[in-house]
Amino acid sequence: MRLFRNQRSLYGIVAFVLLGMPATAWAQEGVDSGDTAWLLTSSVLVLFMTIPGLSLFYAGLVRAKNVLSVMMQCFAITCVVTIVWTVYGYGLAFGDGGRLQAFIGMGHFLLLDVGVDAVSGTVPETVYQMFQLTFAIITPALIVGAFAERMKFSAMLSFMALWVTLVYFPVAHWVWGGGWLGAMGVLDFAGGSVVHINAGTAALVLCIVLGRRKGYPATPMPPNSLVLTLVGASMLWVGWFGFNAGSALTAGGVAGMAMAVTHISTAMAALSWMAVEWLNDGKPSVLGIATGAVAGLVAITPASGYVGPVGAIVIGAASGTVCYIAAGSVKKALGYDDSLDVFGVHGVGGFVGAMLTGVFASELFGGVGLDNGIGSQLSLQFLGAAVTIVYSGGLTFIIAKVLDRTIGLRVTDDDQGLDIALHDERGFSL
Amino acid sequence: MKLVTAIIQPEKLDDVRDTLSRLGVTGMTVTEVKGFGHQQGHTEKYRSAEFAVDFVPKVKLEIVVTDASAGRITDAIRDTAQTGRIGDGKVFVSSIDEAIRIRTGETGDGVL
Repeated sequence: MRLFRNQRSLYGIVAFVLLGMPATAWAQEGVDSGDTAWLLTSSVLVLFMTIPGLSLFYAGLVRAKNVLSVMMQCFAITCVVTIVWTVYGYGLAFGDGGRLQAFIGMGHFLLLDVGVDAVSGTVPETVYQMFQLTFAIITPALIVGAFAERMKFSAMLSFMALWVTLVYFPVAHWVWGGGWLGAMGVLDFAGGSVVHINAGTAALVLCIVLGRRKGYPATPMPPNSLVLTLVGASMLWVGWFGFNAGSALTAGGVAGMAMAVTHISTAMAALSWMAVEWLNDGKPSVLGIATGAVAGLVAITPASGYVGPVGAIVIGAASGTVCYIAAGSVKKALGYDDSLDVFGVHGVGGFVGAMLTGVFASELFGGVGLDNGIGSQLSLQFLGAAVTIVYSGGLTFIIAKVLDRTIGLRVTDDDQGLDIALHDERGFSL
Repeated sequence: MKLVTAIIQPEKLDDVRDTLSRLGVTGMTVTEVKGFGHQQGHTEKYRSAEFAVDFVPKVKLEIVVTDASAGRITDAIRDTAQTGRIGDGKVFVSSIDEAIRIRTGETGDGVL
C-alpha cells in the first residue's frame, strides 16, 4: 500500500495495466471460480447453522422464561467473535507464526493484508477467512447449551472473548493452521476435535464451575417448544453440508463424498438414537430423533473427507447409541447439570467420530486410505482428542474461575428467568 | 339464579357449547385452567429424564342461569361432556344473589 504515495500515479498504473490486459486476465492467479463459489456458499451455510439453526435448537429446549436469553447469547457470540477474529483471531489461528508456527500463528492484524487480490489455495483469502470465521463462531456458541438458564450475560461475553482467544484459536492452529497436531498426522477433516471435543469439554467444565440450575434435578425443566428445536435441528443438518463438504475447500469429489457421508451418518444416528430410546424408554421421541441427528452430524465431522458410506453408517449408528447413553444415564449418574447436553452430544460424539475416523479412513472400509495403518492412526487420533480435552478443560477451568472471582458467573436468582432479569424482555406474549 | 361451574375436558368444549346454545343459553365464560382430580397427571420424558406433570389442562365453564333451568343445563353438560373415562371433570351449582347488566342497569332474571 505504501508503494503508491501519489494516488495519481496509482491510477495511471491501473489504467495502463487494464488497457494492456486481455479480458480473461481479470481472473486472479490461481483462483478457481467453482471452488470460490462453493466456499462462498459454505460460509453462508455454516453461519446459518449458528443463527438461526443452533439458536432455535437451543431456544426450544429451555423454559419459556429463558428463550430469549439463549438466542441473545448465540447472536452476541456471533458479533463478538467476528470482531475478535478480524482484529487478531484469523492471524492467531491461520497466520504464519514463524519460529512459533507449531504452536500459534501471527499477523493478519485487522485483516489489513487480506485484500481483494490475496489468494489462499484456489480461493480468494477473503472467502477463506470468512469460511474459517464461521467455525470460530459456532464453536463457542455450542457451549451456550451447557450454561443455559443461569449465566450472567456480561460474564458470558467476557468468557467467550477469552475462550476463543486462549483456546479456540490455538487449537485450530495446531490442527488446521500448520501447527503440531496437523503435522503429526492427526486427521480432523472439519472439526471433530477442534470444534466438538473442544466445545464439549469446555461445556462440561464450565457447567460444573457454574453449578446446577436452582432446583435441578428435582424440579421439572421441560422444553418450551420442541417445534423450535426440531426446526433448529433441521437447519443444523442442512447447514452442516457447508461445514463438512465446505471443509474440502474445493468443489470436487472430496466435497461430494463429504456431503454424502454426512447425510448418511446423520440419518443413521437419528434412527439409532430413536431405536435405543424406543427399547429403553418405551416410546420414540421427537427430541430423541433430533438429538440423534445432531450426534451423527458431530461424529461424522472429523471423518467426512476420509471415510466412505460404510464408515458413515457405522459412525452414525455408534454415535447415536453412545450419545444417548452419555446424555441420559451417564449425566444422571454423575449429577452435573449440562442443561442441553453439549458434552453428551458434542464432546462424546466428537470423540466417537475422532476415534472411528482412524478406523474407517482405511481403504479396507472404503476410505481414502491411511499412511501407517489403523493401529498407528488410532493412537494419533487419541492423541489429538486427548490433547484437546486436557488443554480445553484446563484453560476453561482457569478462565471460568478467574471470571467467577472477579465479575461473577451466575445470575443472583434464576427463578425469575433470564429474559426479564437480564434483558427486560419476554419471548412470548401470548 | 344459579351459577353453574363446570370443569370439563378441553376437547368437549365445542360440543357442550352447541348443546347449551340449543337449550337457549345465550352466554358463558370459558377459562383454560389446570388442575388434578382422580386422573392425577401424566409423565413426560426428555432425553431419558422423566418428569411428572401433576396439573392437567382443563376448561372451566361458568354460566349463570335461572333457578328453573339449572337442572336441564347441568344434565346437558353432564351428558355431552361425558366420555366415561377418568378425567371427564365435574359440575358445581351455587346460588347467585344478584345479576346486573352494566349497559342498561337492569337487574334480576332478565339480565341472563
